This record gives sequence, structure tokens and C-alpha cells, in this order.
Amino acid sequence: MANIEIDGKQIEVENGCTVIEAARRAGVYIPHFCYHKKLSIAANCRMCLVQIEKAPKPMPACATTVAEGMKVYTASEMAVKAQKGVMEFLLINHPLDCPICDQGGECELQDQAVGYGSSASRFHEEKRVVLHKDIGPLVSAEEMSRCINCTRCVRFGQEIAGQMELGQAFRGEHAEIMTFVNGSVNSELSGNMIDICPVGALTSKPFRYTARSWELSRRRSVSPHDSLGSNLAVQVRNNRVMRVLPIENEDINECWLSDKDRFSYEGLNSNERLTRPMLKQDGKWQEVEWQTALEFVANGLRQIKDGAGAEQIGALATPHSTLEELYLLQKLLRGIGSHNVDFRLRQSDFSADGKQAGTHPHPNLPPEGEGATVSSDGGEPRQFLPWLGMSVADLGKADRLLIIGSFLRKDHPLLAQRIRQAVKKGAQVSVIHSTDDDLLMNVAHKNIVAPNAMADALAQVAQDVAAKNNAGISGSLLSGERVVVLLGNFAQQHPQAAQLQSLAQQIAAATNGKFGFLGEAANSVGAYLAHALPGTQGMNAATMLSSPRKAYILLNAEPELDCANPQQAMAAMQAADLVVAISAYKHHAVDYADVLLPSAPFSETSGTFVSTEGRVQSFKGAVKPQGEARPAWKILRVLGNLLNVSGFDQDNSEAVRDAALASVNIVEKLNNILNENVGRAMPDAVGEAHPTKTGGFQRIAEVPIYSADAVVRRAAALQKTRDAAVPRAAMHSAELEKLGVQPGAQVKLSQGQCCVYLYADADDRLPKGAVRVAAGHAATADLGAMFGTITVERA
Amino acid sequence: MLSVQVQEKIERELRKYPADQRQSAVMSALRFVQDEKGWIESSDMADVANYLGMAQMAVYEVATFYHMYNLKPMGKHTLTVCTNLSCQLCGAEEVLGYIKDKLGIGIGEVTADGKFGLREAECMGACVEAPLLSVNNKRLCFRLTPAKVDQILAELGGQP
Amino acid sequence: MSLGSGPVIYTTLDFDQPWTLENYLKVGGYQALRMVLTEKIPPEHIIAEVKTSALRGRGGAGFPTGLKWSFMPRNYQGDKYIVCNTDEGEPGTCKDWDILRYNPHALIEGMAIAAYTMAVKTGYNYVHGEIFEAYERMEAACEEARAAGYLGKDILGTDFEFDLHNHLGYGAYVCGEETALLESIEGKKGQPRYKPPFPASFGLYGKPTTINNTETFSSIPYIIREGGQKFLELGRPNSGGTKLFSVSGHVNNPGNFELPMGTPFRKLLELAGGVRNGHKLKAVIPGGSSMPVLPGEIMMEVDMDYDSIQKAGSYLGSGAVIVMDETVCMVRALERLSYFYYEESCGQCTPCREGTGWLYRIVHRIEHGNGKPEDLDLLLELCDNIAGRTICALGDAAAWPVQGMLKHYRNEFEYHIEHKKCMV
Ligand SMILES: Cc1cc2nc3c(=O)[nH]c(=O)nc-3n(C[C@H](O)[C@H](O)[C@H](O)COP(=O)(O)O)c2cc1C
Ligand code: SF4
Ligand code: FES
Repeated sequence: MANIEIDGKQIEVENGCTVIEAARRAGVYIPHFCYHKKLSIAANCRMCLVQIEKAPKPMPACATTVAEGMKVYTASEMAVKAQKGVMEFLLINHPLDCPICDQGGECELQDQAVGYGSSASRFHEEKRVVLHKDIGPLVSAEEMSRCINCTRCVRFGQEIAGQMELGQAFRGEHAEIMTFVNGSVNSELSGNMIDICPVGALTSKPFRYTARSWELSRRRSVSPHDSLGSNLAVQVRNNRVMRVLPIENEDINECWLSDKDRFSYEGLNSNERLTRPMLKQDGKWQEVEWQTALEFVANGLRQIKDGAGAEQIGALATPHSTLEELYLLQKLLRGIGSHNVDFRLRQSDFSADGKQAGTHPHPNLPPEGEGATVSSDGGEPRQFLPWLGMSVADLGKADRLLIIGSFLRKDHPLLAQRIRQAVKKGAQVSVIHSTDDDLLMNVAHKNIVAPNAMADALAQVAQDVAAKNNAGISGSLLSGERVVVLLGNFAQQHPQAAQLQSLAQQIAAATNGKFGFLGEAANSVGAYLAHALPGTQGMNAATMLSSPRKAYILLNAEPELDCANPQQAMAAMQAADLVVAISAYKHHAVDYADVLLPSAPFSETSGTFVSTEGRVQSFKGAVKPQGEARPAWKILRVLGNLLNVSGFDQDNSEAVRDAALASVNIVEKLNNILNENVGRAMPDAVGEAHPTKTGGFQRIAEVPIYSADAVVRRAAALQKTRDAAVPRAAMHSAELEKLGVQPGAQVKLSQGQCCVYLYADADDRLPKGAVRVAAGHAATADLGAMFGTITVERA
Repeated sequence: MLSVQVQEKIERELRKYPADQRQSAVMSALRFVQDEKGWIESSDMADVANYLGMAQMAVYEVATFYHMYNLKPMGKHTLTVCTNLSCQLCGAEEVLGYIKDKLGIGIGEVTADGKFGLREAECMGACVEAPLLSVNNKRLCFRLTPAKVDQILAELGGQP
Repeated sequence: MSLGSGPVIYTTLDFDQPWTLENYLKVGGYQALRMVLTEKIPPEHIIAEVKTSALRGRGGAGFPTGLKWSFMPRNYQGDKYIVCNTDEGEPGTCKDWDILRYNPHALIEGMAIAAYTMAVKTGYNYVHGEIFEAYERMEAACEEARAAGYLGKDILGTDFEFDLHNHLGYGAYVCGEETALLESIEGKKGQPRYKPPFPASFGLYGKPTTINNTETFSSIPYIIREGGQKFLELGRPNSGGTKLFSVSGHVNNPGNFELPMGTPFRKLLELAGGVRNGHKLKAVIPGGSSMPVLPGEIMMEVDMDYDSIQKAGSYLGSGAVIVMDETVCMVRALERLSYFYYEESCGQCTPCREGTGWLYRIVHRIEHGNGKPEDLDLLLELCDNIAGRTICALGDAAAWPVQGMLKHYRNEFEYHIEHKKCMV
């Protein structure tokens, strides 16, 4: 620790602390541009020059570390002269047209120019002009003359996003921030560059010139997309969401947001929004009053229950729904006698259900408890509740990681970023997966195998760690002190998910590590807590579709995009007598549904998401629901009333949340551990290892980052990014050759009765015998299961 | 694609640096490309990036930072004239004027027949031989006079 | 080459092919290295000898070399480097060029001794891009030394190992700044690093590194062979040894001269053949373009060593002497120099990136008849706002010439502003 003095204030800080940080803690603001607490220190703007006792020259506070007894003067004559000098230099080539700049009102340069600039410029030469650039649909670089070359954006790319897409080309006064040959910035974290740009050089393309910062009011919210639970500031004008910014939370998203979290808001204002309840009458859609629509639904459900039996009714929800919505949904279903409710729409292996450590199925559980189990000593019911297995902050402290079946960067952009920082500090990452996408971090070991070989690959590691084998992945894990084993979306959706899970559990145990799930969606954990699961008496998502029901309630789900097997899901929908779609959007359900109930997306309702680390975060609506849309919890509550189900009398979402979480000790509930080896053979459908003779390949299906939920699918700018491009069929070039297909040519892909045509890509990092075809996208929605055989032919 | 010759030369450079520091060879890699074709295109930079395992933008930063790289065609023979103070004192501007007249081109331009390109440079570190120019960044020619310039141009196959 | 052999560095000039190993051996080459290795002279003794010699860095800053070497963590586990700075780009300076051209083995031997002293196995020599022929000669000399067992493994039959590689720059003055140079070897653009950390703790590839100028390293064999005291006595206290002076500009016989420190400027000028065409001496930049200009009258009374020149109001710098006769317009000369710093600024830090362009534009305006009376004070204020506020000393280097010119020749600038034309 060092005792120093800043502008007369005494403060004690740890050695190695910078003067700028020490000053911040002492409540002294030192002007700065290039310094950013999360980035390396460049010390290039020189705005932070301060006087330090005994130093002959002013020193940059951002790059000077404290020393015992140091005396710092941030406002002395020397310091102020230096700061003013720098400010003058910064302004000579900067356009002085703040009133027409998009950054106006939230510009660090503008703010500091007021304090340190002089009124009249002594610069009478011609100002430099820097050409505008087009760097993609998200970040605007239209006004690069405003750039002050602080290089924060470049360092962000290199250090946080892990890729150098922006650089500072040329030198001296000609130095310019740009991409390589008019390329675009494709990072899934690119929007943060807008935040860290202290001036109006990099701005938000979708938001640009739509509003002034001071016209916006700001509401706290939580990301409804991935499972991290990023904290959002939803900025609003005239009851419209104008943009989304991060709220700093060091334990969650730090000061960052993924582009998905930041730019999805455009989907909230999409013209596909469903704003009136609609009924299909005589094959034609009619807008109707809520009352009419809800009575129609209640009657329909009652008829089916009375006629065919309640078990003919099923409910499918996405884990992007709120805790309150999911809770009331399952309560409604159970209230009318059906246990067919599930949110695990993309899961294909449910054999782990009911097999938790120290628990056994309980014979007479109360309705809400269905699917729950009690411990063998007769204690509290203990539900299987997969979660991260640790806090996000602890994940960042891991020194050895094994990541199993995860499209990590795209499925969990900011968790990937955290792991990237850990790797920089020396952590080792190993990967077992079916694709070898660049994680933009050093990967110590990897094993890239076809989907049907995943379990074997993992079993090998389990064996190796048990045998203390010091080579490869096993060696890496055994040498760690804080080992973490993670199962990604791919592993959770895998037909042998339970087996992968118990192997991961073994590996973690043998390495004294932690083991967890990278939750798929904003509320994957919350959905478990809400009991939106079938339990022992109901059907899970897959069974509900493979044994079609007569009636379905869809909560935010678009089955052809959200389900593990779209073909099967759509067949079930088409055949059903009654399909009730509760949705914020007029989606494909207009083809098969009977009633559309407009619900409010996260920005228009209050609710709760429970993140993958088990963090419960409630939020309020930022704007009023559009048109006649209503929060889904209210819709469900009224349905409960109409169907005379008890316990549907909550006045607000907080009451619903409290009912859902009443007497729940979440920490105790979070439970990844299985009590028995639940392995099962790879189902036949997944096919043989080398099926190329028949043209049959194993399908590897990711859900593209901007296809993962209903809101992002309708976010216009995100849909223009490279990550949102139409899926292609990627395979090893040897396989393409065997098929006689050139990379770039079309191929015909078929599963079941349907086929789609896609362009083929060669990717030699893919395992042979497999083809990568994304799911969750309109272009592939006619296909069948995400895992399994798929036939590829020349088109 | 980098030619086999360029690749071989890069390999030789790579031996100078630690195995995990391939980026260190980027400056020579770009130089070899330029030696081979007279200038460096963005596709060459992409190839170099690929070969050395660097970000393309990092190669671009290097190519635009160091001024001896030709980022556009500069003729078969690029003449670079130093005009810094020592050379200026010894008549560099007059010599440069003479070359411009003789070739009928300005700084940054190439003769119509593509034979000569003209560039201006900062101090070349040979001030005691001022004024001077370099040919293709390889050979320095000293104590220039109009007669000396004529001789150099003739040698390089230009107009006598 | 005008002066014939020097006692310390230009020792081989009398030969037809001064650069060969064979000729270097004839003038006592590699004796020092052999002695150091075979007698296993303790590194502390070598450093003490270098300290005794009062050898100061010849790259421009004049930092005591022995002291610099003592900063290297000797017991550091892992790679360490020494780096030679032959990125000579400071206008007026071309002495190191002649070392590579005419006596490359002096540098190799000097670096090998330095490597032994600091327990380093790898060295790099960063060569100014424009002197390609010298780079090739240096590459050849390294090959020759390797073949003869002066570089590589088991040097001279001992277990000492050291290899030296040359890295060619490609047109960026700022890479002469030692940390920019390191970045450049790492394959990045040459933007100087903020210091601390200094290269001795975080240098090339993040490892402990010592950087010296070519002339500095090339002085080492003599110091070891003949003793630090003898080297010191060649020159003056605090300015030991000989110095290479590049004399360019308006002299009859420009060239590089190796002379004892403290040689009167008058004598140096004489050796360089006196002022061209019998003209009158007007001004001299005594240490490379970055150093303040001094009027001829002052220079004629100055001795060429660190302290004397500093007393006269400038610095010895790199030892490059730019001579200007009475025909020179100081506004035009400054315009050219200011353009240089504007052109060579790396663009990283604000005062230099923005300030050098501003300085140049003002001087350019004055030169072209568009100056305003208030420009001169503005120039000086801008210099104050640049110097000492930048990451590296290029900012200072851009300011000093302006300050020097305005100190001694303000009247010429005023004349330009008032009459929109030149005084001379
Ligand atoms: C802009 C700038 C340019 C420089 N150019 C050179 C150079 O060309 N050669 C050189 O040896 N040192 C140069 N230096 C000084 C080096 O940074 C460094 O001090 C020197 O190489 C150390 O070696 P020495 O102690 O042997 O002098 C330059 C410094 C600056 C700030
Ligand atoms: S002073 Fe100039 S050259 Fe040095 S770091 Fe700053 S911008 Fe670059
Ligand atoms: S904030 Fe310190 S130099 Fe930019």
C-alpha cells in the first residue's frame, strides 16, 4: 500500500495503482480520453497530464503508478497549462459543430472542451478531413474527422473482442482508424466500440440521428437473450424504445454488451408486431376484442379437455419467457389437468430427468411439484436444475477449462469474453466439439469430432483424468487449481446430453473442478424454478410433438425455428384442432393457429429472468405495450380465471414472482449433479460414423446468434450482419469432392420428406461425415432434427 | 498467393526470430513482395497476414506506416530523392526539378511507359554524399548533378 | 572517407576492402572478445571498464553506457536481448552507415562482448531501410563471423553462445527511438512505448533488453582491448573517447570524421575543407537536425564534446554537423526541418501528431509570404505545449529546432513576415 496525496487529499491505495485510478477513488476527476479501465494503457491522448511533486514535466496520470509519499496536483498551474495545451491540439482538427453531431450531449470531448478549451481558436490553417467509412450495419464510421486517435476502439478489438478488425493505419497527422480494405467490423461485441469512443466518430448506425441523448429517459432492464442476464439501460422517447446501452455490473456484463443485447431493440418496433388479438374464423383472420379471444381459448381448451382429455393439451414455451409467464403457464396447464408443459424446445435427450443426486421420484407431490423429487432421506424435494455451477465472476477466475459442445462466442458472447481474459492471464482452455470455430483465444487442446463421437471423446478424457494421464486435455485439467467443465448449447441439445453430462460430472470430480451448464437462454434457469416442465406425469417437449396433441398453447415459441425437430413440430401444429399462439409477433402461426394473443415483449412488461448463474433479476416495463398487446402473465391470469383455476388472483407481476419463488431457496435448488450413470447409446437416427456412401451425413446444427429468439430475428440491423447471413452447408472438402460439389455451388439437403437448397462451403476443420447446417433459420426450417442424418446431394 | 521465391525468402527471415514471433518477419515479407512486383496490393497483404498468422489489419498498419512500401504501382524503377536539409543545402530541389522535367512526371507519378516512378523521401542517412537518390530502395546514387542523373537514367534504360 | 583510420572505430579504412574479417583481424580485431572469453573476465569487470571509459551513448541522448548495462537483470531466467540501433535517420547523421560499410566486425565484436557481459544469447541490429547495401554488407559480415566462430554456438571454443541478426527498417525515422524500434522488430508499426517500463525490464518481446547505438557498441572492443582509462583519455572527462562526426551541408569536403571528443569545431571544419566556395559560415546545427542551431560565430569557439556544446546552447546529439553558409535562408531551412518532423511523427500522441503539423504550416506560411506578426510567439507557445508532453522525444526534437532558430534568427523571420520575402 502507498500513502499519497492528491490535491491535498490523503489516500491510501495499493502499489501499482495508477494515479488516475487513485484520483478517482479520492473523488478527483482527471480529464482523459485514451484511458479506459478495461483496456491496456496507451497514454497517447495526453489529456490526463498532471503535476507530480519533483517531476520536472507534467506526467500522464493514466500511465504513472503511485509511489509512497507521492504528491499529485491535478489543477496546479503546470497541470492546467498542460491540459489546456492538449485540449487545444485536440480541437484544431476536430469539427466544431457539436450542435449537428450525433454525439452531442454525451461527448467526452465536448464536456472537457468546456472546461479546458479556450473560446477562440488560434488555429487558422485548414482542418484535416478524414474520409468516412462503411464498416457494417451496426457501427457508423461516417464521421471519422471527429476521431481523436485515442485508439480505444482498436484496443477494444484486440484485447476484449479478441480480433483486430479496426486498426490505425498511416502515421502522423494522416493516422486514420479504419478496417482492412473497406472491410466490415464483424465482431459480436462491436457495439461496445460506440460506447468507448469518446467522441462522435463511431456511433450507432441504427440509432444515429433518431434522438438526442437528453430527450431520452432511461429504464433499467435485463437482457432477454442469452443466459448471462446483462444489465440494460433501455432508453425511451415517446413510448418507443430508441436504444439500449449497458448498465455496468462488474459481476455480470462488466461495462459491455453483446451486439445482440444492444441492437435487438429494433425488433421491438418491428412491423411484424402483433397488436390486436386475432381469431381465425372460417379460415380468415379477424381482429377481435380480448374478451372474445380469451373466451374462445377457454372454451376451446374446455371442450378438448372434456372431449379428448386434458392430456391432449400441451404447452410449449421458450426460455426467453419471464419467470412469471412460465409459472402461470404451467399452473394453468396443471390447473386444467395436463402436465404437458415444457420450455426445453431444442432438447432431444430427456433421460436425465428425475435422476438427481440423492433424490428419487416422490409418489405424491403437489401439482406444482411435479417433476420435482425429494431426497432419499425424505427431506425437501430437490429438482434437477442445471446452471452454470458457479458464479460468472468465478468462471473468470478459472485456470483450466474444458468446454464441451459449445458455439461459445456466438451463444455466449460475453462469457466468451470473460474466458478470453482468463486465458490472457494464463488459463488454459480445451475444447471438445463438432466444429472448430475460432474462439479468438488460445486453445490449448481440442478434439473436434462428429456429433456421434462426442460421448466417446469425452469418455476418453474421463478415463484419462481418472488414470492421471498427464497428456493432452487430461494433462491440462489435472495441472489446474480451479478447473471448470462446461456444457454448451450443443451438448445440451445433443441426443446423448445426459451421458455427456454425467461424463462431464466425472471429469470435474476427478479434477476437483466445478461443472456447469452454459444456459441456453435468458431464463433457462428461471423456467426450471417456475416448474415449466412435465415432471413424471407429463410429456416433455419432444414427446408432445412426436405424439401430437389436439391442442397447443405456444408461449413466445415459433416451433419451426425454436424446436429440435421443426418438421415434426410443424406436422403437429398443422394437425392440431386448436393452436393458441401467445406472441409479440405475427409469425408463421398465422398458417396453423386458431387464435393469436398479442403479448408484450420484455420491454413492455415487468418480469423476472434468472440467469445461468442463478441470479434473480426483476425488471419493469420500459414502455407501455404496443396497441392491444398485454403482458403474457396477465393473459394467462385471465385465462386461469376463465377456466376457474384457483391461484390466479395476482394483481401484479411481483405477486406472481413471489408465488413462483415462495419458500424457494434458490441456492439449494441449483443442482447439476446426477446420481447415476444415465448414459444411453447414440440413437439410431444419428447414423453411422461414415455414412458418406449413402449421401447421408450427420447434421451439425447451431442456432445462429441472430436467430436465437423472436426479438432478435426481427432486429433489422442485426439481420444485415455477416452472422445473420443465410445458412450454408459446410463440410470437409474431401466430402465435397466425393459428392462432386464445388465450394460455392448449391447442394440439396434432405431430411424426412423435405429438402432445402443451400450453398456449400468447404471447411476442413469440420469432422468428416458431417455437414454443418444451421437451425433456427427460415432457410432451414423445413428440415428435420438438429441432430441426426441428413442427405446431401448435388443440386 | 505468395510466390515460392517469396515464401523461401520469408522462411529465411523467420529463422532470425523466435518461433512464436512470426510477425517479426512482416516487414521483410512485404519488402520481398515489393521487390518481386514493384508494389504491394491489398491481396498481397492478406496473403502475408495469412502466411504469418497475423490480423490483416495489422499487416495493413505496417504497410501504411513505413514509407518505403509502394502501395500503388511505382514503375519499373522507383527513384526516391532525398530532400532533407543536408541534401537541400546541396541542391536536392534543383536535382529533383531536373528529374521531374526530364521524366515529365511529378512526385508520386509514373512515366507513361511505366519505366520510372518518382518519390521524395526524408533523410536516407547518407547526408555526407548529398544530394542523393535511391533506385528501387536498393542502390543509393550520390552527389547528384544533372549529368549524373542523365547517366543513371541511361543506365536504367531510360531516355539518354 | 576523408580522415584515414581512426583509433577506435574507423580502424580499417586504409585497406582496399576495409570490411573483411581478414583486415579486421589485422588491426587487432576480435582480440578483445577472445580475451574476455578465454580469461572469463567477470561481467562486473567489463561494466566497470566501460564505466571508467566514460563512454556515453552515441545515439543522441548520451546516456552512460556502463550504467545502462548494469540495469540488465543478469540472473533473469529466460530470454534476454541486446539490440543495436543503426536506424540512423536523424538528418545530417550518417556515421553508423560507414561503420556497417567499412568496419562491420567492430560492431559484431562489440555486441558479442556486450552479450557476454549481460548474459544474452541473441542480438538484433536494426538497420535504416534506405541503406540497403550496408544492410547486405552487414548480413555478409555476420555470415563471415559465424563461419569463423565469432558468432553462433561455442564461440572461440568456449561455451559462450551468441547470434546476431539484422532487421531492415523501411522508412520511418521514429524507429530510431528505441522502443519504437523494438515494436518494429516485433513486426508492428513503429510507435514508441510509454516508459516506464524501460527496455531493461520490458523490452523486445517483453523480455529484458539493452539497446545501444552502433557507434556505442563499436567502441567496446577498443575499451576492452586497451582499457577504459585509455579510451577516456582520448577525449575529455565526462566525454571519453573519440566521436564520429558527420559533416554535411556547405563544406568543401563533407564526410565522416573520427576525432577525439573535445576537438575544436574550427578544426573539424578545416578537416571538412572549410565552408564551400569561400563563403562565410552562417550557422551550424551541431548534433543532428533535432538540436538547436547555433550561429557560426559561436560555433567557431566551441569544442566538440557534450559539455562544451551544451554550454553554448545546443547538444552534441548524434554528432552530425550541418554547416550552413551565408546564402541560407533560415526560414526555409526551418520549414524543411519542420516538415520532416510533421512527416515523421508516428501519430500516436496528441501534441506531436497535431502540433508538428501546426508548426510546419505556420513556418510554411511565413516562408511563402503569408506570415503574421503573432505567428512567432504562437510558434514558441506551441513548442512549449509539445516539448516534454509527448510519449517519446520526437516531440522535443520537433520543438528544439524552432526554438533555436527563433532564438538566434528571429529577425529573419520578422523580415519574412513584414516584407513577404527573404532577407538573404
Ligand atoms: C525520434 C528519435 C529518433 C532517434 N533516432 C536514433 C537513431 O537513429 N539512432 C540511434 O542510435 N538512436 C536514436 N535515438 C535514440 C535512441 O532512442 C536511444 O536512446 C539510443 O539508441 C540508445 O543508444 P545509446 O545509449 O548507445 O545512444 C532516437 C531517439 C528519438 C527520440
Ligand atoms: S512524440 Fe510523436 S513520434 Fe513520439 S510517440 Fe508521440 S506521436 Fe509518436
Ligand atoms: S488518458 Fe492518459 S494519456 Fe490519455
